[in-house]
Amino acid sequence: MSVQEQLPDVRQHPKSVEPLGLAEVERLRADFPILAERVNGHPLSYLDSAATSQRPLHVLDAEREFLLQANAAVHRGAHTLAAEATEQFEAARATVARFVGAQVNELVWTSNATEALNLVAYGISNASLGRGGAAAAPFRIGPGDEIVVTEMEHHANLVPWQELAARTGATLRAIGLADDGTLRMDDAVEMIGERTRLVCVTAASNVLGTINPVEEIVALAAAVSAIVVLDACQSVPHRATDFAALGVDFAAFSGHKMLGPTGIGALYGRAELLAALPPFLTGGSMITTVTLQEAEYLPPPQRFEAGTQRVSQAIALAAAVRYLDSVGVERIHEWERSLGQRLVVGLEGIAGVRVLGPQSGIDRAGLVAFEVDGVHSHDVGQFLDDRGIAVRVGHHCAQPLHRRYRITSSTRASLYLYNTPDEVDAFLDSVHDVRAFFGADR
Amino acid sequence: MSSELESLYREVILDHSRRPHGRGLVDGGAAESRQVNPMCGDELTVRLHPDATCTRIASVSWTGHGCAISQASASLLHDVMLDLEPNEVAARIAAFREMIRSRGQSAGDEELLGDAVSLAGVSRYVARIKCASLAWVAVEDALQRFEP
Repeated sequence: MSVQEQLPDVRQHPKSVEPLGLAEVERLRADFPILAERVNGHPLSYLDSAATSQRPLHVLDAEREFLLQANAAVHRGAHTLAAEATEQFEAARATVARFVGAQVNELVWTSNATEALNLVAYGISNASLGRGGAAAAPFRIGPGDEIVVTEMEHHANLVPWQELAARTGATLRAIGLADDGTLRMDDAVEMIGERTRLVCVTAASNVLGTINPVEEIVALAAAVSAIVVLDACQSVPHRATDFAALGVDFAAFSGHKMLGPTGIGALYGRAELLAALPPFLTGGSMITTVTLQEAEYLPPPQRFEAGTQRVSQAIALAAAVRYLDSVGVERIHEWERSLGQRLVVGLEGIAGVRVLGPQSGIDRAGLVAFEVDGVHSHDVGQFLDDRGIAVRVGHHCAQPLHRRYRITSSTRASLYLYNTPDEVDAFLDSVHDVRAFFGADR
Repeated sequence: MSSELESLYREVILDHSRRPHGRGLVDGGAAESRQVNPMCGDELTVRLHPDATCTRIASVSWTGHGCAISQASASLLHDVMLDLEPNEVAARIAAFREMIRSRGQSAGDEELLGDAVSLAGVSRYVARIKCASLAWVAVEDALQRFEP
């Protein structure tokens, strides 16, 4: 009664070598019933997948089937359901690990990417306190050491490093941004040096759409034996990923941005690093022997999975990965790239609109944040919502980035495999009308 | 444009947001409060100015940036909070709170709130209640430090 075997997703959408086209996207949309909702009297245009994506029936069904047929706690208990649940849970790990170029023991389940990044930060923090013994000594940091981040980081890949620096006495430094929204690599070259112990960078900006030269950063870090931590939230859902080939040491991503549920994410860590890193959360399920005085820990990944696990969510995330695989994540990437260019070109053509990040013609993630002259992003979002268009407004959890471009907030439209050119055009038409409604064109 | 959107962005609100009253902190003042809307990072600072007897609030000046709703609300608050005793200020804040939390059920007490009742439509938009409330929460906070 394996759920994997019952799921028809791969058969239903045979993987094609042809580019993803509108006819296929229309078929895929039928897998996402929420996209047929009407909002404020208009068909929903969901342009907020960078905040959270919608889930296909396959994912909902996988979670439901598991709960109906095999639900039990994993890695404990010997009854039939417990064994079945454990098997499915570990099969889900293997599916997700394969999707990102990881070995099974290199993939740790977490609640989300934020927890994954905190796991690394607190593991290093604990090593710095002497935990983990000699094996963990290479992780120790302190005064004189430097942690390098970038000015475009999401708060999730910034605040944990601020805290780590505050706890250990290390210095936090940030690679600056150029006016065109790209990383200042001259800054990176100057900054990543002998004192650098950690380089924490996002694969792609969730505001600017900038795709960062991760290989170059990995090379700079490798030259000084610094650890690279990659925020992969905006890349894993949208393009083929191979962490091992990329050469990063740790990477974090979230399930809910890749058609999966909330409450599940993952940390990738190179096997030898995970093996040496002290645990973050401690308690049941991550130990071998416990006395009243001390405990011995399981090897990774379980050393980092204390407490009752998010079993149905992990199984649903694996279903999401199979769904993405069945469509082909590179085909999805190309579809988003062309829709993304349509977005940027359209916005650039509207008077009073300023696009943040790379201009049209430059490779970027399938999202665009922009500013409307004389109209606050909340008001832009409200105006669009009135027409059934869902976008993100505010600082998108990236306040330093907004400050860098001298704004407080922006409006962001973000795309995924289920978005259509018609949705983009309806959005552009509406943005066109915003300034007149608020009298900002006078 | 839908009538819902027009009932949110009434002409009086758009007018106040474009040409706000009381904007720009005036020197002096007996108490001040700075509030931040964590959702968008918008900030607003209000200052309470006492009258010559130092027992009444003569006026409120403010500064900040934000959406049309938050800016209009601060401007409308300025018009409401003229020459009042502290307990009268508190009564107007309470009336505003009752209106803005009513989910469309209250048209607001015009006697206490004046033109600020034009913000009643915001109460239907849960995500915008914080925007409308920012200035009023700031005055409420500053009022605790206003000592006659």
